[in-house]
This record gives sequence, structure tokens and C-alpha cells, in this order.
Amino acid sequence: MLKVDNLTMRFGGLIAVDNVSLTVGEREIVSIIGPNGAGKTTVFNCISGFYKPTDGAIEFKQMAIHGLPDFKISRLGMVRTFQHVRLFNSMTVIENLLVAQHRRVNTNLLSGLFKSPSYRKKEAEAMDRAAYWLKKVDLLPVANRSAGNLAYGQQRRLEIARCMVTEPKLLMLDEPAAGLNPKETKDLDDLIVSLKMDFDVSILLIEHDMSLVMGISDRIYVINQGAPLAQGTPQEIKDNPDVIKAYLGEE
Amino acid sequence: MSKKVPFALFCAGLTVILAFPILGLNLEHKGTSLVVTGADNWTLIGVLVAALIVFVTQLLKSQIKATYQAVKPNFGGLIQRLPGEDKRKLISKLVLIALIIAALVLPFFTSRQWPDIATLVLIYVILGLGLNVVVGLAGLLDLGYVAFYAVGAYSYALLSQYFGWSFWACLPIGTLLAATFGLLLGFPVLRLRGDYLAIVTLGFGEIIRILLNNFTSITGGPNGIGNIPKPSLPFIQFEPNFEIVWLEFGRRATDGGVPFHKFFDLPYDSSLKVIVLYLIALALAVITILIIQRLIRMPVGRAWEALREDEIACRSLGLNRTAIKLSAFTIGASFAGFAGSLFAARQGFINPESFIFWESVIILAIVVLGGMGSQIGVMIAAAIVVLLQELTAEFDEYRLLAFGAIMVLMMIWKPQGLLPMKRPHIKLKQE
Repeated sequence: MLKVDNLTMRFGGLIAVDNVSLTVGEREIVSIIGPNGAGKTTVFNCISGFYKPTDGAIEFKQMAIHGLPDFKISRLGMVRTFQHVRLFNSMTVIENLLVAQHRRVNTNLLSGLFKSPSYRKKEAEAMDRAAYWLKKVDLLPVANRSAGNLAYGQQRRLEIARCMVTEPKLLMLDEPAAGLNPKETKDLDDLIVSLKMDFDVSILLIEHDMSLVMGISDRIYVINQGAPLAQGTPQEIKDNPDVIKAYLGEE
Repeated sequence: MSKKVPFALFCAGLTVILAFPILGLNLEHKGTSLVVTGADNWTLIGVLVAALIVFVTQLLKSQIKATYQAVKPNFGGLIQRLPGEDKRKLISKLVLIALIIAALVLPFFTSRQWPDIATLVLIYVILGLGLNVVVGLAGLLDLGYVAFYAVGAYSYALLSQYFGWSFWACLPIGTLLAATFGLLLGFPVLRLRGDYLAIVTLGFGEIIRILLNNFTSITGGPNGIGNIPKPSLPFIQFEPNFEIVWLEFGRRATDGGVPFHKFFDLPYDSSLKVIVLYLIALALAVITILIIQRLIRMPVGRAWEALREDEIACRSLGLNRTAIKLSAFTIGASFAGFAGSLFAARQGFINPESFIFWESVIILAIVVLGGMGSQIGVMIAAAIVVLLQELTAEFDEYRLLAFGAIMVLMMIWKPQGLLPMKRPHIKLKQE
């Protein structure tokens, strides 16, 4: 589904990402791990179109997408979350989900001004879809609160729900468990698995929480200082001496 | 169906019973006694048509309702509804209706100076609300807003001078033309941000003014364009033959219409033309308010808000920021064109001096004073600013001083503006 070939990103003299290749298949959970500053988020930014990669090819659903503007990539069905939660803080929870469905509702000015039947129908559908996902991530009771006032864990879940109302094929999560307590991390674990099993979504995950990563990943890529270090199943990664060295230092 | 026919017949009958004595029978003085006389045929036909309409709508009530009711897809048994009315909304609606009625009736009881100033206030209300869309809602600082105002004013002035087109034909043209200018300007400059955007728009405002000043062969340059006709109103007459008559409110007809006082055989009243213009301005201002109120609640309004809050998140969700900003810029510009045509009609004479940078500042000041994004605040601020300008005309040299002092005091006491925006939130109703 997603295929990244020899991705390279330079900022002036600094090589942030060096020849990284990865693939994500249908209904697969793939994780990218690595020490802080390894270039994981830069890889995300390149794939989602926020950065224009210096070199390399990115294919999504057999279509070359490198160089496309970010909003077009997102419309193809690839949506991401952010390391630091980015919600529309002064808008309510439900409005956050309505904005995300901008492409689905009737944005024709005239039908909106006169509330045409098709406009009402589309708005009602958007509301229903939003309510459905709020229920799914357990935020229905706070639907009419402003997003900025939610607890941190709730904000994280809202961000995932906001991605899911766009009905993506590939969901990219940038450190979704950061700042969550163990109970919330467990719920997140269940949510991600359910997204894959029940909604046919592939997931590309950046995460530092090793128990989460090892528990749910089908495959793992390890990046160190911008360059690929290892790849394989969770068990292979756990046993890889290079990975242990990068994480724990040499004996 | 079988039950509906008698009910619809009953409703139609009721309409006739109620309407006929009220409209169809007149009491007239004959000497010392009152005599009941029947009204003319047109009234009777009107009553019958009304009864027929009632009959048909009652008969098809459920079908009409069904087409207008949204189909509700059912996700997991949750039933949601679109935002509905609650009590506060009702109260604010009643207040609004009371205000509109007062605004409709008052000009007939004041001296003619007041409706004239009120028209100017309404023009600035439209301008303020339009700029509010760009600055307050979409967060784009536009310092050249007056350019679109000029486009609207000049399009009416030129079209009426060269082609003799009427106000009502030029109003939509002026609006569309201003929107087109907004689109053309917005396309290249909207990738700029904040201060840079402000400077480019400022430059654009000056370009338009200088262009109007120097295009002497068409616009008359600094001499401007005079004799711009006041808007006429259509009147449908049935006798002697069925036609639409354009009533004018000046002493003599200039625009191929009929003077109002001659048509109705009334003595000429010079204040009437001011009042009519005021009423037209009022109608246009109300239309502006209604349109913008809908816009805020529509997807495009939500997108403006979201884009102002977090552009990166918007992009990641597939929102095209250029298109959304452009829509705000274009819609804002079109309201300026709207106001511009009205301004040309009120003044009767325009020249580039009316569209200097200072005007942009005034309009921006109205938005800031009123509270960015707040509609009622902008309306109050427009009234304050215009009245201040008109009433202190004698102390011309101190006017700017007073204006500056008010601005400074505002920023100290109410940095958010008179009435900070309270955006209507869409609510999820849970059952």
C-alpha cells in the first residue's frame, strides 16, 4: 500500500534522513522506532507531504506521491497525527470532527445559504459519523466542550477520531502514547488493534513505548541517526545486537 | 389522503371566512351614515388565490415536509439532529425583529438629515461586516479593502453614465466585479502571511485609487462622475393595463421612470427620496447580516475558523488552505462592492477622493472597535464611528485627535473590542 524507496532529506549540510526504505501492506501495523533525533518524524513529514524530500520515491496505492501538496496526499486516504497534539482548541469536540469532514459535506455556498435538502442531508451524515467516532473513542459525553479544555489523554483520542472521520486507508500516528498513563496506553493499544481489525486501516506508528510497539506491531523498522539500522518482526528486533547497542550503548 | 381533503377544504374555507370581511368589505362614509361596499374584483381574486394556496399546501403538507427533512442514516442506533432553536436564540430573534421594525418606522418621524446619516451608517455596517469576514473570521489582515468598495461604486457610476443601466442591474454587477477583483488579487497574494499580506493589499488599494485618478478619459479623473441616479422602485400596476412601473423619487423623472408624487398625485416631498434610499440600504444591510450569519454556521465558516486556529492541522486533514482563504477574501470583497454601489447612489457624485487609504483604516477601525468576528459589535462600532465623523464635522482639526483618543481608551479598557465574538457553536444533541 505504501512504498518508500531510498528516501533522503537534507537540511543544508545536515542529512536528517539517509536512504530510508520501508513498506506498509494492507491491514498491517508497522512501527518506526529509534533514539530521539533519529529522524523518525522527518520521515513522517516527507511521506505526508509537509517536506519535499531531497531524494527518493514514495508510492501510495501504486501512485507516486512525492512532491504532491500535503492536502492532496491526505485526500488520497493517508492521514497523520502530530507529536504535539494539534487540535482546533477554541472549537468544540464535535466541530473538530466536522471540519475534518470538509471534503464530504456540501460546501456549495448557495445550497448552504438556503439549507437545501442535500446540504441538510450531508450535514446530518457528518454529524452521525462524528458521533459514531466519538462513541468509539469514548468522548461522546464531552462532545460539546471546547477541545482545548479536554484532558491530555482525551485530546490524543480526539486527534485519532478526527483522522478516522476522513475514512483513511493509512493512518500515521506520531508518538500517540506520549504522556499517557498505563491505563490510557492500554486503551490506545486496543483502539489501534480495532482500527486494523474492524476498519481495514493500515497503521504506520512512531512510538517510544516499547511494550506498546512490541505488542501490536506486525513489523518494525529501526532508524538511527537518519539511517536505517534494522528491520523485522518484534522478536527479531528484540534480539538484534545492533539495536541493543544503539539503544543501550556498548558494553 | 381521504382525511386530508376535508381538512384542507376546511382550512381554505376558514381563509375565505377570515379574509373576505376584512379585505373584501369596506366601510364608507355617505353623508352622515356608514355604508358597506364590496371591494374591487382584484381583492376578491386575491382572497380566492390565497384560499387555493392554503388548500394545496394543507393537502401536500406531509410531502413537502418529507422532501425537506434530512434523511437520517443510522450509525449504531444513535440519532442526531442538526442544531435547533433554543430559548436564547428565540429572544435574540425577537430583539432583532423589534429593531428592524423600529428602523423601518423611525425615519418617517425625524428630520431629513437623520435618514441620510443612517444610510451612511448602514453602508459602513455592510463594509464592516464584509471586512469582518476577511479579518475577524479568516484572520487575513487586509489594508486595501477600500479598493473593492471603489470597484463597486465606480461600476455603478460608469454603467449608469455610459449605458444608462439602473441601480438594480448594477448592484449585482458591482458585487460580482468586486468579487472578481478580490479573486484576482487574492490568488497571488494569499500565500503571504500577516504583515506581508497587509502591505500588498495596502498597495493594491492605492493602485486602484491612482488608476481611477489617472484614467481621465473614462473615469473623469479627479473630477469624478456626477449625476448618478438614485435607485427607483418597481411597482406593479394592473390598470389601465398590466405593466411594471419604475417609480422615481426625485422631482422629475430622469431614468425613464415615473416620479412617485405624480403617479400617486401627491404633493412633492423632497425628504421622501432620502427615506427610500435609507430603506433600501436597510434591506441590503439586513441581507448582508443574514448571509454572514449563515456563512458562520456553514462548512466554509468552520473551515475559516479552523484555518485561523491551526493551519498545519487543516492541511493534514485535506483542507486546501488557498481555496479557503480565497473564499473569505472573495466573499469579503463582494460585500464591499455591494456597499460601493449603494454609496454611489447615495452620493450622486463620486471621485477617487472617497476611496483613500484613510477609508480602509476607518473600516478596519470599525472591525477592531466592534470586536473581531463579532457582528453586533461591528454594527455598533459602525454607528459610533460614522456619527462621530458627522457630528464633529465643525471641529474638523480635532476629529482625528478624538478618534485616536477613543482608540487608545478602547485598547486599555476593552482590548477585545466592544463585544468580543461569541461564535455560535454547533451542538450535538444526545438522546
